[in-house]
Amino acid sequence: MNNERINIVGAGLGGLAAAIRLAEAGRPCRLISLQPSERAQSVLAEGGINAALDLMGEGDTPEEHCADTLKGGVYLADPNAVAGLTRGAPDIVRWLAGLGVPFQMENGGMIQRSFGGQKKRRTAYARSSTGKALMTALIDAARRHEASGLIERWPHHAFAGLTVEGGVCVGLRVRDAWTGEGFALPGRVILCSGGLNGFFPERTTGTVANAGDVTATVFAQGVRLANLEFIQYHPTTIGISGKRCLISEAARGEGGRLCVRRGGELWYFMEELYPELGNLMPRDVVSREMTRVVRREDCEGQVYLDMRALPAEIWARRLSDLREECRHYLAIDPAAELIPVEPGIHFFMGGIDVDANHRASLPGLWAAGECACQYHGANRLGANSMLGAIYGGQRAADDLMAQPGLDAGEPVSLGILPPMEAPGDDAFALELRDALLGGLGMLRDAARIEAALAAVDALAARADTERCRNRLALGRAMLLAALSRRESRGAHTRTDFPERDEGFRKTTVISRRGDAIAIEYRAIPEEVEA
Amino acid sequence: MKARFEILRHRRGAAESRWQRVEIELPDENATVATALAAINARPDLKDAEGAPVGHVAWDCSCLQKKCGACAMRIDGVPRLACDTRLSELGAGPVRLEPLKKFPVVEDLVVDRTAMFDNLRQLHSWLDREVRLREDQVDVAYEASRCLQCGCCLEVCPNFMPGERFAGTAALPPLARLIEELAPSKKEEVYRLYTRRVYEGCGKSLACRNICPAGIDVEKLLVNSNAIAVWKRMGKR
Ligand SMILES: Cc1cc2nc3c(=O)[nH]c(=O)nc-3n(C[C@H](O)[C@H](O)[C@H](O)COP(=O)(O)OP(=O)(O)OC[C@H]3O[C@@H](n4cnc5c(N)ncnc54)[C@H](O)[C@@H]3O)c2cc1C
Ligand code: SF4
Ligand code: SF4
Ligand code: FES
Repeated sequence: MNNERINIVGAGLGGLAAAIRLAEAGRPCRLISLQPSERAQSVLAEGGINAALDLMGEGDTPEEHCADTLKGGVYLADPNAVAGLTRGAPDIVRWLAGLGVPFQMENGGMIQRSFGGQKKRRTAYARSSTGKALMTALIDAARRHEASGLIERWPHHAFAGLTVEGGVCVGLRVRDAWTGEGFALPGRVILCSGGLNGFFPERTTGTVANAGDVTATVFAQGVRLANLEFIQYHPTTIGISGKRCLISEAARGEGGRLCVRRGGELWYFMEELYPELGNLMPRDVVSREMTRVVRREDCEGQVYLDMRALPAEIWARRLSDLREECRHYLAIDPAAELIPVEPGIHFFMGGIDVDANHRASLPGLWAAGECACQYHGANRLGANSMLGAIYGGQRAADDLMAQPGLDAGEPVSLGILPPMEAPGDDAFALELRDALLGGLGMLRDAARIEAALAAVDALAARADTERCRNRLALGRAMLLAALSRRESRGAHTRTDFPERDEGFRKTTVISRRGDAIAIEYRAIPEEVEA
Repeated sequence: MKARFEILRHRRGAAESRWQRVEIELPDENATVATALAAINARPDLKDAEGAPVGHVAWDCSCLQKKCGACAMRIDGVPRLACDTRLSELGAGPVRLEPLKKFPVVEDLVVDRTAMFDNLRQLHSWLDREVRLREDQVDVAYEASRCLQCGCCLEVCPNFMPGERFAGTAALPPLARLIEELAPSKKEEVYRLYTRRVYEGCGKSLACRNICPAGIDVEKLLVNSNAIAVWKRMGKR
């Protein structure tokens, strides 16, 4: 046995799950993050985590969870990976309960609620702050291994690049954001650095602290990305100062209804258009319908969430935080008034291209959580993402441990490194965002995407740091992926190609060679019997 | 709206800090201190009251919706979350922004809160065995789970100093979540640590009572944990 210390970048749910898994097997790791775990986006998750525990006695099964996930993702996800995820889900939720997560209980037992795109009540939750409750439990679980030295925290360090030798990832470089000191850290790498929110400042429900720099940097280093065109717009968000604030899908899971004013009356359009799942259709469908109804001549230009009929008990026991949030930010009491809502950027289905074991295209590198492209296909189902982050982190750790390790080495100081950010970066980020949004909105067509590409290219002259150049290249890659996929599927809607095209039931594989970006398509793996 | 600030600037490694007056026009009537800081940083050309470049103001932020604790700072002298402080509620200004004072300054409004996290490690704030919460424990566990580790409560506490024995209120919620569920072999040790490093240090002045931006009922958690760890009340079975 070697005593290689594995490097995990990111200390949200994915990174914590991987670190704990390694530590439980006695394997040391470094848990590297720009900010402490308490600040990771995972703490924002509200609605819950899916697992076919069948606590509501509806005959739910992992197979059904798998089928819903594949269908919700419009058949772009790897069916074998998803089968593993949904089979592993019940044990994950039981493990979390064993760590003391205060999952909602009634009459002495845990209960589950409904979430979009799923006919069974499958979502376990802790009131309106499931992500926070999960994070607190995992932070405590990791702390135990910090005390033993197995997990070593590097809590204010920015990722600065992979160390690649002979085509293998053998370590990484980080920069202490407080002192500027750089370190070369030996050991294989698991990336859990979250979604690409930083490309859309003020327009996402997530945190811009997930700037997307890790993904942009490894892309420049030749690591393949996938499915970047699939960006989830969550149907129900509200604008608050500096960002979009999510109104959790739980609002609809507990009985909230979407409506628009038509001819002086409220029209509950989702219920009329989709009698079976109604307001709980998958997010891509709901957001698209919302965009369509507000453009109709006979409707007013605002969609509302109507929660006025919910019983007081539901408000008190399950949605208290949500009600407080509406009062605080909108001065609206949702128990008495309609909430004006709009779709907003919420989740990135695409990211680092990984296989079912979470291996990236570069040997020695794994990726899990929202930075990776796995499980969610063309559209993620609500409450599947925290599950994917935890399961993926564990799976990556397991696969890594099953392979021969590297010889141990100690961190080497690289001295004081110049900052990667430059003073103009925040202004640049806003311009890049505006350019990208032109082509990556909810409804896309070739002309818009090409115009967006031109706008991005026009920014090239001003990208005078490596960071900005890498970000620009990743932005271009998103647009090229959107341009190449000449069909509509899941979160990617092309008004010039409104139909789904089975020829495109493939993974978009994106690679960067120098300045050139190549888009290719790979067949979805065949389903194998477990 | 026009927003006026006095920001305590501190360069990395510098011996001293200095006040800088900054004005900025904000389109958003609901702007918070956080959005104002973001707007200042998106204006590399901005000059201060003396005509010198403002430059990048370092501050910690992540969620922008009072859920991560990153942006805690002193706003007009009071420890608060920048993203939860609307400028419209602060009067005509200038609004004074300073880093939390209990912790070493890293740069501008960024402080090093390592001591807060170290305390939790020293207090053995983790579970050694699998638990099964009862329904009547869920409320306390949920409330305790919500602590942001922002440090606002430590900032106002007359008895807390980083590195000293008293771990302060920030150590309370994480411990309160677990304290009833510790493995029998660990109970005595954690109870002893809790008594020495939390219970005995608190002067019950309750300066921390209304400061918690997460609205955690620290008093309730304190009473509950004291009962278990100090008075050895057995949990309901
Ligand atoms: C408002 C909201 C509600 C949500 N609700 C749900 C829900 O109910 N159910 C569900 O399943 N999912 C939900 N999601 C999605 C889910 O929360 C995320 O997809 C998931 O938590 C991502 O976890 P992660 O571990 O991949 O990344 P994160 O938790 O985002 O962590 C990323 C980590 O990477 C670090 N990092 C980033 N960049 C760098 C860098 N350059 N250098 C070093 N470190 C870096 C960060 O510091 C952080 O520690 C929600 C998301 C949002 C925004
Ligand atoms: S009650 Fe007073 S002494 Fe005790 S933690 Fe709060 S502020 Fe500190
Ligand atoms: S108890 Fe409240 S004030 Fe203290 S650290 Fe936790 S969230 Fe912050
Ligand atoms: S930025 Fe998260 S609490 Fe203010």
